[in-house]
Amino acid sequence: MTRSARRTPTPPAPGPVESGPGSGRHRVAGALAVPIGRRRILAYLVAAPVLAVATRITIDAVSPDAASAAVPSGPSVEDLFDIADAIILAGSPTMALVTLRVGTDGVARLEVPRAETGQGITTALAMLLAEELDLPMSAVEVTCADARPELLFNQLTAGSASVRAFYDPLRVLGATARARMVAAAARRWNVPAGTLTTRDGAVVAPDGRTASYGSLSVEAAQASLGDITVTPKPDSAHTIIGTPVRRADGRDIVTGRKKFTMDLDVPGAKPTMLRRPPTINGTVRTLRNRAEVEAMPGVLGVAVIPSGVAVVAETFEQARAAVNVVDATFTPGPVPHESNDTIMAKLRAAVPPVLVPPSGTILPTGVTTIDAEFEWPSACHAPMETECAIADVREDRADVWSGFQAPIVAQQTIAIELGLPQDKVTAHVVPAGGAFGRRVFFEAALEAAQVSRALKRPIKLMWPRADDMRHGRVRPANFHRMRATVAAGQVLTFEQRVAGVSTDYRHGLGEILTATATALPAGSREALGNDAFGQAVFMTMVASPYNFGVYTKNQFDVNLGMATASYRSVPCQTARGSEEIMVDEIAAAMGRDPVDFRREFLKEDRARAVLDKVAEVGDWGRTMPSGCAQGVGYHMESRTHTAALIELDARDPKNPQVTKAVIAVDVAKCVNPLGLEAQMLGCLAEAISLTLKAGLHVVDGLPLEGSYSQYHFARQRDYPADVQVIIMPDNDGRLGGAGEVGMAAPTGAIGNAFARATGIRPRVFPLNFPVDFEPFAPGALPPPAYV
Amino acid sequence: MPTHTFTLNGETVSVEAPDDLPLLWALRDKLGVTGPKYGCGINVCKACTSLLGDEAINPCSVQVSAVEGQQVTTIEGLADGDTLHPVQEAWLEMDVAQCGYCQPGQIMAAVALLKRTSRPTDEDIRAIENVCRCGTYFRIRQAIESAAAKMS
Repeated sequence: MTRSARRTPTPPAPGPVESGPGSGRHRVAGALAVPIGRRRILAYLVAAPVLAVATRITIDAVSPDAASAAVPSGPSVEDLFDIADAIILAGSPTMALVTLRVGTDGVARLEVPRAETGQGITTALAMLLAEELDLPMSAVEVTCADARPELLFNQLTAGSASVRAFYDPLRVLGATARARMVAAAARRWNVPAGTLTTRDGAVVAPDGRTASYGSLSVEAAQASLGDITVTPKPDSAHTIIGTPVRRADGRDIVTGRKKFTMDLDVPGAKPTMLRRPPTINGTVRTLRNRAEVEAMPGVLGVAVIPSGVAVVAETFEQARAAVNVVDATFTPGPVPHESNDTIMAKLRAAVPPVLVPPSGTILPTGVTTIDAEFEWPSACHAPMETECAIADVREDRADVWSGFQAPIVAQQTIAIELGLPQDKVTAHVVPAGGAFGRRVFFEAALEAAQVSRALKRPIKLMWPRADDMRHGRVRPANFHRMRATVAAGQVLTFEQRVAGVSTDYRHGLGEILTATATALPAGSREALGNDAFGQAVFMTMVASPYNFGVYTKNQFDVNLGMATASYRSVPCQTARGSEEIMVDEIAAAMGRDPVDFRREFLKEDRARAVLDKVAEVGDWGRTMPSGCAQGVGYHMESRTHTAALIELDARDPKNPQVTKAVIAVDVAKCVNPLGLEAQMLGCLAEAISLTLKAGLHVVDGLPLEGSYSQYHFARQRDYPADVQVIIMPDNDGRLGGAGEVGMAAPTGAIGNAFARATGIRPRVFPLNFPVDFEPFAPGALPPPAYV
Repeated sequence: MPTHTFTLNGETVSVEAPDDLPLLWALRDKLGVTGPKYGCGINVCKACTSLLGDEAINPCSVQVSAVEGQQVTTIEGLADGDTLHPVQEAWLEMDVAQCGYCQPGQIMAAVALLKRTSRPTDEDIRAIENVCRCGTYFRIRQAIESAAAKMS
C-alpha cells in the first residue's frame, strides 16, 4: 500500500502563549472567540475544581463556491449545504456542553456525544486534543458519553460528520487547556508565560524546571488567571494531526479485552431471546404454551411483548432452544405479500417519466438520448455484533446499555414506554461491533426494557443472526431511471429519477433537517420545506459533480410500511454508483475514453486530481486478458473526493472477482491517514459486496437470507490482494468526512469493469444474485451446527 | 447437571452444563470469558474461533462435553502475560481492527494457520472464512504475512 508524499512533520512550535497571528481574534468577556472558516468558536472556563474548558460555536451563513464549467451545471444543494452541515449546525448551540477535563492525574478526558462503531472517531478526536495539549496519546481518553438530552441535536452519529463537527472545537479546547496550564505555571514560578513551553504533558521553564499538567490542574482552573488568548497551532506545527496513529483501543481488541454490549457484566442480567413472527414486523397475538416454554431447561422467565415472545434463560442456547418450542399466533406484518419483484414494480411505477423526450421524436437532428435503468434490492446492514442490549428496569428508574447511534431518541422512547421521567432513564452508549447506519434505531434496547420491566429483573437481550438479517431494518430497495441528451460533443441534459422504499428517519435526523431548514440556500429551502425527509437527505447528500447542462435529480419515496434504516452513504452508493455507470455509457456513445471524458466534464480540479491519480497509479488502459477489464469511477460526498480504478476478472461472468483496486481520496485535511485508509478499505468491501453478490431476497414478507452463508457479504476470498489507497496532499478545501464516501466510486468502477469485460450492461444488482441456499423456516431459529 | 472439566487458557476449569451446550455459551454465559464472540451460532461467520490444542475450532458448534480434558485457548489466553503473541503484535503493527468484534476470531484463525504452516500461501489466506463486516481483509492479509515472516 502506498501513500502520496506527505509533508514531513516539523517539531512543535513551542512559541509564546500569548502571541499569534491575531487576525480577527477578539476577546469576549473572559473568554475568547476564534474564527475558523465559517465558524466562530468561543472557549470559556467551566467552573470546576480541576481544569475544565468548553467551547461555543456560531456558524455564518453558508455561501456557494463558484463552479467553473464548459456547459455549466449550477452547484447542487449538496455542494452548498450537505447533511453534515445540518448535523453540525443543529449541534452547535449545545457544543458548549461538551467539556474537556484535565485531572490531577494529568489525563485529558472527553466524553464525546458520538458513538464509536469502528470508524475510529475516538482515536481521531483524541489526536486533536493530544496535538493541542502537547500530550502523548496515552494521556488522552475519549469515550462515548451516555445519552445527554440537554445536547438536543448534538448526539447523533451520522452523516460522516463527527470529525468535521469536532475538528475546530476540540483544537480550541485543547489549546485553551494548555494555555491555562502555562498561565498557572507562570503564576507559580512568577515568570512571564511567554517564556514557558509545553512538552509531554508538562510545562517547561527556560531553567529546566517542569510542572506536570496533573500538578497544575487545580491552579489552572482558577478564574483569577483571567483572560487567556489562544490560537490553535498552525498546520505547519502539527506533529500528531496528519500522522498515522493506530487505534486507541487496538490492544484491548487484540487481547479480547474490548467490551461490547453483550460482554458487559451487569449483575444478574440473564440471556434473553425472542420468538418473532414469520413475517417482518408482525406482532404477537397469543402465546398458547407458556407452561411448556417455562418448563424448558434453564428457563428463568417468559414475557410476551409486542414484537415477540421473550425467553430469559441461564444461557443463550437454552433461550434459543426454548424460543423454538414457542407456539404462538401472530398478526401479519405490514408487507406479508411483498416480494422483491412486487416491490420493484411499485418503485418503477412511482418514477414519473423523464422530461426530455427520447431520440426520434421532436428532438433536433444531431441530438441523441442515452437511457438507462438500474435496480438495487433491499440489503441488510449485518454488523458482526447483532442487535443487542442490556436493560435493568426498576420501579423508579432504568438503565439501558447498547451501541446507540442516537441515544437521546432512544432514551426518550424508552422513558415513554416505561412511563418514567426521561431523566430517570440512563442510556449508556457502548462501543458497537459495527453499525453502518443500523444503530440509529434501537429495537433491541426497547425490547430489553419491556422484558426487564415485565419480569422485574435485569436481562441481556440479543437477536440471533437469523432474526438480525430477516427482522431487522433493511436498506430500502431502489430504482433509478436516467436519461442524458448529447449533441456536438456536449452533454445538454442529465436526469436521474430515483424511487426508493421510504427510509425511516425517525431517529432525530428528521428533526435536525427541520430545525436547520432555514440555513439552506434559497431555492432549495422551499423544496425542502415541501418535500419529505427522504428528498431532503437525497438533496443534501447526492452530488452532481459533472457539467452536464440541465442536471436534475429527484427522489421519490414509496411508503410500504417496511422497516428500513439509513445504510452507510444512504442514497449515494446506489445513486452515484449507478450514475458512474451511466457516465461510462455516455462517454461510449460519444466515442470517448471514460477517463478522458470525466476529465473534461468534472466540475472541480480536485475531482480531476483524484481521477488522474488512480489512472496513473493504476496504469489505466493497460492490456488485460480477455474476460478481464479495468473500470473507473469518481465520487464526491461529505466534501471528500474519491476515485477508484478496479480490475475485474469476469472470465466466469457468474462469479466476477475484483483482483485489484486503486483508490485516491482527498479530504482536504487528513487527521489520521491510517483511519482514513481503513475507511476506504472498508468501503471497498461494501462496494464489492453490494455490487456483486450481497442482497436480500424478500419473499412473501420475509427475507430468505438468515446468515452469512446466505447473505453473501465479502470474505477474504472476495477481496483483492492488491489494493492501493492514495491519500492526496492536504489543501485549502473544506474539511471532508471519511466514513461513507468510499463506496460509490468503486461501485461505479466495478460496474464499468464488468461492462467492459463482458459486454453486458450492468442493470440489476447485485450482479450475481442466485438463491444458492436452503432458507431457514420462517420464525424458527436454526440449531447449533455441531461438528 | 453434568460437570465438564477442561483446561482453559492454561488453567483447569469445571463447568456445570448440559452435555450438548455449545462451548461458546459455556465460555461466555457460565465462565464469563467473552473474547470469543457470537456472530451466527451455526459455524458460518467464525467470530468465535478459538483453539482446541493447536487446531482452530468454533465454540458455537462444539459441545462442551467434547472438550472434556482437553486444552482450549481463547483470545484471552494467547498472550504470555504482558507479552503479546507475534500475531497479536502484527495485528497492532498493521492497525488491522476497525470495530474489533471479529478480530479475536480472525487472530485465532491466523494463529491456527501459522501453527499448520510457517509459510502460508495466498490460497491459505484466501481460505480463511472469518467474516469481517468492516472489511479489514487487506490488513488481515498484511498482518498474517508480517507475522509469518517474523515467526519463521
